[in-house]
Amino acid sequence: MSLVSDGADLRGPSGAKAALAQPSLASGGDYLALLKPRVMSLVIFTALVGLAVAPGHVHPVIGFTALLCIAVGAGAAGALNMWYEADIDAKMTRTARRPIPAGRIQPGEALAFGLTLSIGSVVVLGLLVNIAAAALLAFTIFFYAVVYTVWLKRSTPQNIVIGGAAGAFPPMIGWAAVTGSLSFEPAVLFLIIFFWTPPHFWALALYKSDDYARAGVPMLPVVAGERETRRQILLYTILLAPLGVAPWFLGFAGPVYAAVSIATGAIMLLIAWQIWRERAPAYNACRNMFAFSILYLFLLFAVLLVERGFGGFMSWVAV
Amino acid sequence: MDNNDQQQAKRDEGHDDNGVVLTPEQQRARRSRSIALALALVALVILFYIVTLVKGPGVLVRPL
Repeated sequence: MSLVSDGADLRGPSGAKAALAQPSLASGGDYLALLKPRVMSLVIFTALVGLAVAPGHVHPVIGFTALLCIAVGAGAAGALNMWYEADIDAKMTRTARRPIPAGRIQPGEALAFGLTLSIGSVVVLGLLVNIAAAALLAFTIFFYAVVYTVWLKRSTPQNIVIGGAAGAFPPMIGWAAVTGSLSFEPAVLFLIIFFWTPPHFWALALYKSDDYARAGVPMLPVVAGERETRRQILLYTILLAPLGVAPWFLGFAGPVYAAVSIATGAIMLLIAWQIWRERAPAYNACRNMFAFSILYLFLLFAVLLVERGFGGFMSWVAV
Repeated sequence: MDNNDQQQAKRDEGHDDNGVVLTPEQQRARRSRSIALALALVALVILFYIVTLVKGPGVLVRPL
């Protein structure tokens, strides 16, 4: 958060036009926007579920510290992403008002902010919680900022499939914060988010494909066409629906979770079927998929949190 | 251009003999950043203090 940005070589990958050596107009709110608070809220929630369903218990202060570090680390990765993608963001209506393309924050300031928070969140998590969780957080930030943002995003239509792993790690970090290790339960949570990501983002990409084409991002609808994207959405949803039920099938979720995951999985399949069946661009079905997929993931994790997390908390209090 | 004109020109560019002169908007932005930074630092100090109390003598024990 320097007053003056003097990073002459810190202007992003394609030299985003920036008035360097000017007093900054960035407010605290602009820096908050760099952290992608909406994405961060989903990260906090899924990490909380990982933390709550893990065996054993963690002191609330340590649990809060873990969530805080995971949230800040996720936000830092978002800031690094915005620094690198400022040129793309400026060309897309959805992202043109972000702080860097809007000129409120200089690219060098965003880079310094992202790096500082990345290192700070990992170090604090390692010092105050445990090393395993800190190592996973560091890998997640690296995966999102480097593997996804720098490497995959501009080079392959599979960008959000592989890059989706970054968004799937938070429950594993939450689990590791409690246990110091990993097991198959957090891996199942990881897989649910991993297979949830393609239908969710390709639905958005289908009705924003002009934006992505203008920005030169090789999203699947731009590269392989709408028909292939609709088919891929259906295929990934067919994989996702049974995975959503897996926590119950594998014995670490209860009957309420089973009912909710089966019902919402069926709705996901229905919407994916509508997207695939319609020969037109299917914008309405895509909007439905984008909106409902958020609700789907939220419901699965919320029920798991209530069943395992609060249930475990109540039994712990009773003891 | 006499000395007064030169000083006026510098002020118009946001500079005077004392260095950079911030506009009111830039001052507000700097104040906002300073407050956010101060709050973050205070929060970090409080967090470390509370965690030290919670962990007690085991504060330096960091198992994997």
